[in-house]
Parts: sequence; C-alpha cells; structure tokens
Amino acid sequence: MTPDSPAIRLDHASLSLGGRILWDDVSFGVPRGEFVAVLGPNGSGKTSLLRVLLGLQAVSRGDVRVRGRAPRRGNPAIGYVPQQRAFDPDLSVRARDLVTFGLDGHRWGFSLSTRETRRRVSEMLVRVGAERFAESPIGRLSGGEQQRVRIAQSLVGDPEILLCDEPLLSLDLNSQQAIVELIADWSRDRGATVMFVTHDINPLLGAVDRVLLLAGGRWAVGKADQVLTAETLSHLYGSPVDVLRVHGRVVVLGAEFCGHEPVHAHQLARPVTRR
Amino acid sequence: MTSLWHYAFVQQAVLAGVITAILAGCVGLIVTARNMSFAVHGMAEVGFTGATGAVAIGLPPAVGLLAATFAAALAIGGLGVRLRERDVAIGSVLAFGLGLGILFLTLSPRYATEAYSILFGSILAVSRQDVIRSAVTGVVALLALAAIYRPLRFASVDPDVAEARGVPIKLLSAVFLLILALAVTEAVQVVGVLLVLTLLIVPAGAAQRLTAHPGRALAYSVLIALASTLGGLVCAIYTSWPVSFFVSGFSFAAYLLARLCGPALMRGSAPSGTNSQTAL
Repeated sequence: MTPDSPAIRLDHASLSLGGRILWDDVSFGVPRGEFVAVLGPNGSGKTSLLRVLLGLQAVSRGDVRVRGRAPRRGNPAIGYVPQQRAFDPDLSVRARDLVTFGLDGHRWGFSLSTRETRRRVSEMLVRVGAERFAESPIGRLSGGEQQRVRIAQSLVGDPEILLCDEPLLSLDLNSQQAIVELIADWSRDRGATVMFVTHDINPLLGAVDRVLLLAGGRWAVGKADQVLTAETLSHLYGSPVDVLRVHGRVVVLGAEFCGHEPVHAHQLARPVTRR
Repeated sequence: MTSLWHYAFVQQAVLAGVITAILAGCVGLIVTARNMSFAVHGMAEVGFTGATGAVAIGLPPAVGLLAATFAAALAIGGLGVRLRERDVAIGSVLAFGLGLGILFLTLSPRYATEAYSILFGSILAVSRQDVIRSAVTGVVALLALAAIYRPLRFASVDPDVAEARGVPIKLLSAVFLLILALAVTEAVQVVGVLLVLTLLIVPAGAAQRLTAHPGRALAYSVLIALASTLGGLVCAIYTSWPVSFFVSGFSFAAYLLARLCGPALMRGSAPSGTNSQTAL
C-alpha cells in the first residue's frame, strides 16, 4: 500500500447479480480514517458492496482497490460486522469465544488460545463494555449485547478498515447510539476507516463524514447535508422526494426508503415511507 | 468387570466401544452446532443400504457400510449447501437408499441375522480384525478432526465472519462430512443404524446443557458417550438384554439430567439482567 492511496477506491465499478444491475459506474474513494454511511433501500446492493470489498464477490465491470490492492478474502486489515443472525441459545460458545474467533478462528488445528490472544480478547471485551457477560452463552444475550460482542470481534484484530452491515437493525434507540459511539470512537482513536451500511441515517448523523447513497442502480456520494436533499433523492429515486429536518433529524418523504419496518408515531425521526 | 475382562470378545467390544465413543463425543458437538442431526440419521440409513448390498453380493457388511456412508456424504455435500436445501436433499437420498436396502435385504441369503446386527448393532460380536479396522478408522477421523477443529467450529458457529476471514467454508464442510461418515460407520457397529443418534447427538446435547465453555463441553460430551457405551456393554453382558438399549438408555438419562441440572449450572455464568431494559 502506498502511503497516499485511499483505504477504499472504486473506479467505474458496476455490479450485476442475476441479470439485475445493482449499481452502475460507481467511482469514489474513501480516504483513511473516514466514516462513510452506505444508505439505500433493500436490494440496492449495500451488502453486495461490502462483499466486493471483502473479496467474496467480483464486480461485473470496473476496478476496486482496498488499500491500493485488489480485494482478497481473509484480508486481516478488514474487520467485519455481519448482519445479525440468531444464535442457538444452547450453543457452547461464550461471548468471549466469539471474539477469540476474530483473532485466531481461521488458524488450523485445535490448540488453546495463547496468553497474548486471551489478553487482547479480554481488553477488547472491556473496551466495548461486554465484560459483564463475557462468559455467557452468545445465544442468550440480548440483541444489543450481541452487537457489542460483534463489534469487539471485528475490532480485536486492530483492523484499518471496518465494514458494518446493518449493525443497528432491531436495536432500541439507546443501544443504537451506544454502538455508533463505540465505532466512531474507535475510528477516531485508531484512524480506522469505516463503511457502515444502514437504512436509517439518523443514529449516524453525528458520526458520519460522508454518505454513499445507492438506489435503483444509481448512486450519489457527499456530505449528509449535500446528499440528503430533495433534489438528489428525487433524482436518484426518479420520483418526487421531500426531505424534512426536524430537531437535527432527517425525515425522507415519498421514497421507499425505510424498507421493511412499519412506521409508528414515535419513529417519525426515521426516514419514513409515504405514498 | 475384572473377571469378564478375560474373555476376548469382551476386550474387543470394550476397545471398539471406547474408540467409537471418543470419536462420537467429539464429532457430536460439531453436528449439533451445524444442525446436522438429520444428515447423521440419513447417512446411517444409507449405510444400511450399503451393508445389505454388500451382504447380498457376498462382501463383508462393514465394507458396504463405509462405502455407502461416504457416498451419502458426497451426495449430501454436492446436492445441498444451504440448510433448507440440505434437508430436502438428505430426505430424497435417504428415502431412495432405504428402498434399495429393502431390496438387497430380500436378495440376501442371510436375511435376518445380518439385518438385525446392522439395524441394532453387534458390538459383542466384533472380531479382532473389526477392532483393528475400527481403531484405524477412529484414529484417522480424530486426527483429521483435530487438524480442522478451530476453523471448523468458526465456520459452523459464525459462517459469515468465517468466510470473510478467509476460512474455506465449502472445503471444511466437505471434509467434515467425510469425518462424519467415518463416525457414523463406527457408531453403527456399536448401536446400529437406527440408534446412531444416541451416540452422535445425545451426549453432545447433554454436554451443551451443562456448560457454555467449549473445552468443557467437548470433555463432557466424550465422557457421557464413554460412560453410556461402557455402561451399556457391562449391563448387556450381565443381563443379555441388547447393548443398544442400555447405551441409548444411559445417554438419554444423561440428557435428562443435564436438562434438569443445566439451568442451575449455567445460571452462574449468565448475566444478571439479560432480558432487562438496562441490558444495553
């Protein structure tokens, strides 16, 4: 990696899956240390973008660089928080074990973890505030607790790039805020680059440097204020969209933006679907 | 037990049982983590087809058993990668396999005795040669399992992150299916086709209920499988009731006890307010 190469760089990159174009001719770079939110409706290729960066999915056209090189599987410079999945409550895996996998899970053999590994895992569990349930089975933790453990797992290898796939999904507002702060703090402390997939920008507004919008094969990138405007969104969605700002929060009206969650009165702060 | 030890058939049965129990206890935890109970059952029943097929053409049943469980492992691995696909694939393979098995059985000259020992186990009838074969199979399977154990657990528990970290998910699945085929073959010898789950699922299920610690769970699983097998052998020799009955009875008792005592043991390690609003 050359010193001035961006952490992530897409150059006229396009991705089609199953004959459908997810995004087309995307060109943008993410400098080191930047916090980028990736926003867009379901099926717009947000998760696929992360899979491309992880080297699990090739682009159809164009070029992608991670730290100046082609993406490759198992890149230790990348930490990854996957979409939430349920763990069996009876699984013999403690929170601590899941974090340990983040350090040595890919190594062959069966030996016990080294003292150094155990020390780093314990430190990371403390850092994310998970020491209280470090010895509990992962399947018996609440969603917010599991996400803390996930964050610890992704950070324990001290990655330069952190890729998060909807880590706020189904968390309550306090937990959402706690998770965002953990990641933003880490990014600031370590100069780590973050790509954070979400369908709700509000919990991230205080932390993001830029927003990448993906919608219907089109895209836009820029500061939240620049991108989350009626003009940009109307153009991207190809239909009239209004953007309201209420108490520092963004409400998007007119686009199928929020996806799958029903809208309740107290959630008006989220981007709202109105037809 | 000391006086019984003088009989060669007892020595052979104990040795074969110990090897099988260790392998089954280790493999079982991965089977439960991967939700593969049905695959185990399917493999064993296809193994029945192989064993009866071998008998029908005059080969030793053990050869047919091993060949068929390997074929089943490859078929399951090839047909279904995703969990839901896999269930249907296994169901299809196993249904056809059993149909063939019944045909082979009727063609077989030694119909009843062979079928009985394949279905319900024949540990008290194993020969010295069987024990050697069983030991080689067991050691090969255990070595292979030890070599892939950590990434295999990672891939089983947390496939998305494991894949991103460069763990070869598909290769590990394939290798594990072959190890599982060896373990099923061993277990069939002890408890029979119909009862393999009693060694390959139940001890691991009980161990999981007792501890969340991965290393301890492995130790408990092996100990429960060993205790059930050896206890079953001893009881069967003294009573002349079937070994399989006692093995399945002991492992089921361990499972019930673990379910009863497990919550109390696990409470020590659970956070105080897992479900409360203050949890995070």
